[in-house]
Amino acid sequence: MTTASPQRAALRAVRRPGDRIFSGTALGAGVVILLLLAAVAIFLITESLPAFTADPDEIGMLRGATFLEYVAPLVFGTLWAALLALIIAAPLAVGIALFISHFAPRRLAAVIGYVVDLLAALPSVVYGLWGATTFAPILQPFYVWLNENLGWIPLFEGPVSATGRTIATAALVLAVMILPIMTAICREVFLQAPRLHEEAALALGATRWEMIRMAVLPFARGGMVSAAMLALGRALGETMAVTMVLSASGVITFDLISSTNPTTIPANIALSFPEAYGEGVNVLIATGLILFIVTFAVNAIARYIVNRRAAFSGAN
Amino acid sequence: MSKRIQVNDLNVFYSQFKAVEGVNMVIEPRSVTAFIGPSGCGKSTFLRTLNRMHEVIPGARVEGEVLVDGNDLYGPGVDPVLVRRQVGMVFQRPNPFPTMSIRDNVLAGVKLNNRRQSKSEQDDLVEKSLRGANLWNEVKDRLNLPGSGLSGGQQQRLCIARAIAVSPDVLLMDEPCSALDPISTLAIEDLIEELKTEYTIVIVTHNMQQASRVSEKTAFFNIAGTGQPGKLIEYADTAKIFSNPDVQATEDYVSGRFG
Repeated sequence: MTTASPQRAALRAVRRPGDRIFSGTALGAGVVILLLLAAVAIFLITESLPAFTADPDEIGMLRGATFLEYVAPLVFGTLWAALLALIIAAPLAVGIALFISHFAPRRLAAVIGYVVDLLAALPSVVYGLWGATTFAPILQPFYVWLNENLGWIPLFEGPVSATGRTIATAALVLAVMILPIMTAICREVFLQAPRLHEEAALALGATRWEMIRMAVLPFARGGMVSAAMLALGRALGETMAVTMVLSASGVITFDLISSTNPTTIPANIALSFPEAYGEGVNVLIATGLILFIVTFAVNAIARYIVNRRAAFSGAN
Repeated sequence: MSKRIQVNDLNVFYSQFKAVEGVNMVIEPRSVTAFIGPSGCGKSTFLRTLNRMHEVIPGARVEGEVLVDGNDLYGPGVDPVLVRRQVGMVFQRPNPFPTMSIRDNVLAGVKLNNRRQSKSEQDDLVEKSLRGANLWNEVKDRLNLPGSGLSGGQQQRLCIARAIAVSPDVLLMDEPCSALDPISTLAIEDLIEELKTEYTIVIVTHNMQQASRVSEKTAFFNIAGTGQPGKLIEYADTAKIFSNPDVQATEDYVSGRFG
């Protein structure tokens, strides 16, 4: 017994300085992100409270409506624009990424990769200007055509906007803006698909496309959802481009091409802030809080969907 | 379903580099043929040319002929996809699709052929293939669980089940046991013994005992030095290769004097 205890003490793990520094910085980085998030949440909540507690009639910005009535069309517009952008951008991004990772000759793939990454470097004001002054007039005749031929679908009901600055234009501009990040992430995930499984599919007599469907896409499922979520986050929060492109009137409508369009929370904040005073500012911050919650909920739902089939993810 | 393979003057290139030179060989149906030789001698490369899987590597190309029952795999207008449906392959590391269940793994190749099958036909095929791979009793209660949850040896047998589910003419095995323990290896070797009654089997192995246990004929490949092409040195009955080969290099290799 006398010799046992010093031996046991000697066997205890030595804490090396390198390990300690590394675990300290890693922990620090983790704590910082939580603190930042907490600080944002606290700011949003405390600044929003007056908007909820004050009498709606005294806040000029609400124009007599309750806060919920004020924010509902904005939430709708935000989700609607982001969803449209995602529906347009997702197939395109997956297609471009697949072309770069599995179809294009290596040199062409590098060039396309550069071009797509370059799209991400453009400031959103440029997209906004381009969308409002160039893209919208180009699209306008097309909207007229849609209305004439497919007007029986509620989406194209009209009356057609004379300027082309509709929610459809805004969604298209947003789609171009979220394309680079989705493409870049999808490309990386597709390149990670194990060669072993690609060869297994080919050896079974799969064509290139069948191989991609059997071995690449299922493996990349989680990564593709992550890419879509990051892109959706950007689309939900995008301010300048939507503000400049959209001629907004704050209604709830699914009509894509009319002159009365729903607007988004960030665009509404940017447009209304210069004339906001007193509790009006709190109302705008409260809409920001709602956006925060919406984004959080969308992400949580996406994570839940991915994790449901975790056993089949290929990570094990 | 088993077919005869004839290889005439086959050269394999990776871009400018000649990896395998001048192979002539006849592989009889319903037999097991083993390829042995040191690492990098081109035996895996050559194996892959038998179902055009080398084309996955950019720049790889072939000169010469590979005839399966008289049809040239490299003839004009031959679709590599169809070649691979006739000539199945099992790889060095077990590679069941991790995103599919055991059942779907077995059916993966059949679904590619776009054959419409009823559920009961599929069930029968899954059972037949898994029984054929000696795996049925171990997995019959968990066919809907992911294939990646099996042990290494079971995964490799699942891959064999997947390969034989499409009823190929030829089964190529690229070191199928090198990632497995001795017990699983034995299970695979027993399986090869059973499969050769129906298929032409070609196996690459680094394990010379394995080659002498499972094969009727053995091909010894060697390489003169780095940067030189691999060549077929000797191809004969397994008993002859391991007892009194014609070429000195073969004897040195099988007796462990080099390589």
